[in-house]
Amino acid sequence: MLRRFSIAIVSLILLAAPHGALLAQAPAGQSEFVPVNGLPESEKLPAAPLLVVAYAVFLVLMVFYVWTVWRRLKKVEADMHALEQRTAKGGR
Amino acid sequence: MKKLFAPLAVLAAVLFAIAPFLIANAPYESTMLLIQKIFYFHVPSWVGMYCGLAVAAVGSVWYLFKGSKVADRYAASAAELIVLFGLNGLISGPLWARKAWGVWWQWDVKLTSALLLWLMFVAYLLVRKYGGPGSEKLAAAVAIFGAAVSPFVYVSVNIWRTMHPKTSVVPDIIKNPQGMAAPLLVSMLAFVVLFVLLLNLRVALAERQDALDELYLAHED
Repeated sequence: MLRRFSIAIVSLILLAAPHGALLAQAPAGQSEFVPVNGLPESEKLPAAPLLVVAYAVFLVLMVFYVWTVWRRLKKVEADMHALEQRTAKGGR
Repeated sequence: MKKLFAPLAVLAAVLFAIAPFLIANAPYESTMLLIQKIFYFHVPSWVGMYCGLAVAAVGSVWYLFKGSKVADRYAASAAELIVLFGLNGLISGPLWARKAWGVWWQWDVKLTSALLLWLMFVAYLLVRKYGGPGSEKLAAAVAIFGAAVSPFVYVSVNIWRTMHPKTSVVPDIIKNPQGMAAPLLVSMLAFVVLFVLLLNLRVALAERQDALDELYLAHED
């Protein structure tokens, strides 16, 4: 009986040990993203290219959009002109 | 509005010329340093998108209840701008996240709901283009639904745990005396003026398209 009790106690301690270690490692009161400090230089990404790409994307998107509106407007005007000419021919 | 177009275009050009200098001279955020400067175009992109949501919602409600073609033109034009400004936000965000979080994308509630909201307006445009006759009403309902869920996308960061900063960041920066407020406010104003200009340009196109449709109908008669 005593042997079984000892085995149970030892098993419980062995099962609980990793959890205790994990709990000891968990950061206290962390509720949002926390940046890592002291990252080695080799692990750091350069910020400038990402920043330049972000601003360039904005410029390209806006220019592209204005170009698509201008192209559609030109097509509508051309269709309108063609239709007016067809109507004028039909009326004669 | 035609009279205001040129002065607004000049104002937008001046604001977009000033903004890079203000952003370059703005102080560095202590943990993210240079990459945080994406913020000055990332947040105004979403401001532009939310301006579009307001116009699309009001235009769609007006169209559904009053049948106004003008309101429908404004709603459809605003929906295109929602997709445009939203796309800019969805591209600039991951570029910032790659450096700040170490990942391009995170399937957390803020990013996922913003993507779904954007997709909703992509669906709006697809419904209008391929939905056939009567699709304007269905699209208007999609726009109203999208606008109705948009406040939840905005406040989601305050409700659920997410990597994205909370909504209090922008008011805090505007109150901040350390020089981050001016570049942010100038960029926001520049984006709002740009939104107004692009909206008017797109509405002018919609007017011409409607005029062409009427000409076709008259020609068939």
